[in-house]
Amino acid sequence: MDRSSAITHVILVAAVVVLAFPLYYAFVISTQSLDEVTSLPPKLAPSTHLVQNYADAWSRVGMGRLLLNSAIVALAVALGKIVISLLSAFAIVYFDFRGKRLVFWMIFVTLMLPVPVRIVSTYQVVSVLGWVDTYWGLTVPLMASATGTFLFRQYYRTIPDSLAEAAQLDGAGPLRFLWSILLPLSTANIAALFVILFVYGWNDYLWPLMVTNSQEMRTAVIGIDSLIPRTSQLPEWNVAMAAAMMVLLPPVAVIVAMQRWFVKGLIETEK
Amino acid sequence: MSRAVFRNPWLPYALVAPQIAITIVFFFWPAFDSLRLSLYRASPFGDRLIFIGGGNFTRLLGDPAYFRSVATSLGFSLVVTVAGLAVALLLASLANARIRGLAVYRTLLLWPYGIAPAVAGVIWLFVFHPSFGVLPYLLSFVTDYQFNWFLKGWVALTLIVIAAVWKQFGYNLAFYLAGLQAIPGSVLEAASVDGAGPVRRFFAITFPLLSPVTFFLFTLNMTFAFFETFGLIHAVTQGGPGDATSILVYRAWKDGFDGLQLGYSAAQSVILMLLVIALTAVQFRYAEKKVTY
Amino acid sequence: MTRSALSVLVAAAVVLTGVPSTSRAATEIQFWHAMTAVLGERVNDIANKFNASQSEYVVKAVHKGSYPETLNAAIAAYRAKQPLHIVQVFEVGTQTMLSSGAVYPVYQLMKDHGVAIDWNDLISPVKGYYSSTGGNLYSMPFNSSTPILYYHKDHFKKAGLPDKPPATWDAVESMARKLKTAGVKCPFSSAWPSWVLVENMHAYHDQPFADNRNGFDGLATTLKINGPFGVKMMERLARGAKDGWFTYGGRLNKAEALMTAGECGIFTTSSAYIGNLARASEGKFAWGTGPLPRLAGFPQGNSIIGGATLWVMRGGKPEEYKGVAQFFKYLASTENQAWWAGVTGYLPLTNSTAKALEASGHYVKNPHQKTAVVQMNAGKTTPNSQGIRLGNFNSVRDAIEEQMENIFSGNKTAKQGLDDAVAKSNDILKEFAALYR
Repeated sequence: MDRSSAITHVILVAAVVVLAFPLYYAFVISTQSLDEVTSLPPKLAPSTHLVQNYADAWSRVGMGRLLLNSAIVALAVALGKIVISLLSAFAIVYFDFRGKRLVFWMIFVTLMLPVPVRIVSTYQVVSVLGWVDTYWGLTVPLMASATGTFLFRQYYRTIPDSLAEAAQLDGAGPLRFLWSILLPLSTANIAALFVILFVYGWNDYLWPLMVTNSQEMRTAVIGIDSLIPRTSQLPEWNVAMAAAMMVLLPPVAVIVAMQRWFVKGLIETEK
Repeated sequence: MSRAVFRNPWLPYALVAPQIAITIVFFFWPAFDSLRLSLYRASPFGDRLIFIGGGNFTRLLGDPAYFRSVATSLGFSLVVTVAGLAVALLLASLANARIRGLAVYRTLLLWPYGIAPAVAGVIWLFVFHPSFGVLPYLLSFVTDYQFNWFLKGWVALTLIVIAAVWKQFGYNLAFYLAGLQAIPGSVLEAASVDGAGPVRRFFAITFPLLSPVTFFLFTLNMTFAFFETFGLIHAVTQGGPGDATSILVYRAWKDGFDGLQLGYSAAQSVILMLLVIALTAVQFRYAEKKVTY
Repeated sequence: MTRSALSVLVAAAVVLTGVPSTSRAATEIQFWHAMTAVLGERVNDIANKFNASQSEYVVKAVHKGSYPETLNAAIAAYRAKQPLHIVQVFEVGTQTMLSSGAVYPVYQLMKDHGVAIDWNDLISPVKGYYSSTGGNLYSMPFNSSTPILYYHKDHFKKAGLPDKPPATWDAVESMARKLKTAGVKCPFSSAWPSWVLVENMHAYHDQPFADNRNGFDGLATTLKINGPFGVKMMERLARGAKDGWFTYGGRLNKAEALMTAGECGIFTTSSAYIGNLARASEGKFAWGTGPLPRLAGFPQGNSIIGGATLWVMRGGKPEEYKGVAQFFKYLASTENQAWWAGVTGYLPLTNSTAKALEASGHYVKNPHQKTAVVQMNAGKTTPNSQGIRLGNFNSVRDAIEEQMENIFSGNKTAKQGLDDAVAKSNDILKEFAALYR
């Protein structure tokens, strides 16, 4: 290995270590007992109370249900958005119809208003519909933005016309074309979008906080709030960290598993 | 370039219907409702709705605390963005050699993107904990200064800046690495043949060639810091101490949800809307210019 | 989307969320509350006891989050016409509820259903706080506490202090300084900064907090906390923060974490903290309680209560309200009141309850629970110590605590910070008043 490669490796390893340290520290805390957490100097090697803490965190907040809720929201938002935006992009690129321009701008304008900005009114709408504290309220309002449509539109515009024309000559209708030809071509984009939307749906904080009231409907990122030692509770940071570890594992796992498509898809988005 | 190919009287409408339906119900309706509500003084239970025109806006724009919040939001977002991009770019440049295992490194650096800002905040909260945290402990050997972020605004701000930058870091780095890899080696070789040193090469060639990536990351990080750090602030500082970490989106939520002043909160949302529209319009205009089909 | 299709979707959503249907023989009553952990279990206990005692009604106690979250849930449910009968609202939400037009006044409910409650048996701080101008109670008192002083006996010993709580603020200061010298990390601190150090201190010394008799004579629009008393109190605390004998621990009840961790020597917070402190300190350190300290040179008032009451929402069916009345009747019995106060540490709400607890020797076994009762009995009920009733009180309290942070960090002087708190709060109060002009 030559010198510049070695330096590169050193730098990258250093970056990885610095980035990973807080997480490692959190993991260590999640294996300690209460006394170890509250005593100084802080210990940096894992201790032996892992099972106890994780079991504690699990039972105290109903972690099973919380993780299930997060999974439902993440998957529903990801899949729902992908399906909806794929269909819309297909229609916009491959059809001419009256009102197409209006439809395009209506969809596009949603990019300019992230949820936090219209949050109070969205809550009013959802409460009028009776969707407060329900899975519908948690998932459907998050499907309203146009990132996916935009991504697919950009991609479809790069596909040569000849493909569609050939399909038509073969007697295939538009839906057949979509299913047999366009969809297989789109897998990279779909995968990238899935990762982004899954992480987004899993980690979203503000909307689930507003739209749920009962502990059974909360998603994991806000459901663990009661474990964070604040006031008159014992400083059980070990249990809090155990909960944090459980909550961050699924989205991180998704990223690690699909990171090739993720980066590729993001770079495509930027273009 | 694709042109409309298929003809069908009803299919396109059916295809866009789901998205349009959701967009109308969950975007346009709330957006207009926000606009409408911002012109009213509303009681929590909905029993009183008094039209006051621009009253909420004049109250906002006449409140120095609001401008402080604007400054805090902008300052915080800029620091997170600039710091995040600068460190990522620096590291990416230093690491930009054709080495084996780049993909492995990329994975190891990208994963914090999957951590929710609120969870990142909780972890950093503990790292910074005045009684048990490892950072104050180490610092206590160096100085007697009490890093009590309950009372010291700058400590609280530093805490959330660090948590936010940490979370976004891998993402920024991955993009810069990819961007750097895309620069043809021949361009840089030609420059060095011309006698340009590494620093000169960087500023004259690399950085300008990276500007689309930089611009993209800049808008993305700014948006992230402006909005998505809500979770971070809600979980860690709740806008305090004083109003040191009270960013615009947190304020708007707090006034609406804790304070139950719905019209006032809606007015804040409207102003945020205008800010985002400006930001997105600029980005779209710039992005479309740079892209050729 | 048609209305019927929507209702099908909503029904599906309801099924998905596992909310049980109400097609049981007994009438279901929804009771939303904000109690967590041990207190939450006690709420479940009392609901279960009521359900077991009869078969016509079933009270379903649901934890909805913190007090603000529970209130927001109630508002959303009310606006969406979802069934909700009883909601626990914190004391600062009293004016909001009173003005809303969405409540079924409790005195009216009881009268309509022929349930006799001796409202005069309520202890006067509770009665005074929650009565309307006509002397009627619009909500059912449920959990009330008042702030008291706690002290860490082991730290006191270490600092060479006698095993007695400080009775005056001068004593607090001198003891805290000694504690600091002895190496105690948090010599003095307080939770609920606004409630304890501003609201209660004003009432405790017969000082007005806001105009219109603290909002009881009409909607208040001006705070009076920046007068000589308020400034004097705040200056002492600012001095404490600067000199290091007062450790600020955060807004609301965040500072309790410091006392729970055993770091504080002297601590003021709600009397409801006793249970948690007992659990946290078991086997670790000894502690004691005492009444709130007094500031020399000011008259005697009384401490005011905090906590929450149960409000009944409009929009329910007649048979459901019958059930609510029966539940409240059950809650109001001296036997149940004594049980509730005994296990939770909240104040006994009626004189009969206080007598019953005394007679059963409860206070002999739990002497600390008596501190608050003694403190309230020793106080004088004056117009300034009846309570505080402000619109958007939650925001006002937050505005005050925000400025307190500026004062304690040294960014503003006590007078400046208090003036700014008053300005911001007046703005908030005027907004609320403008709704109901």
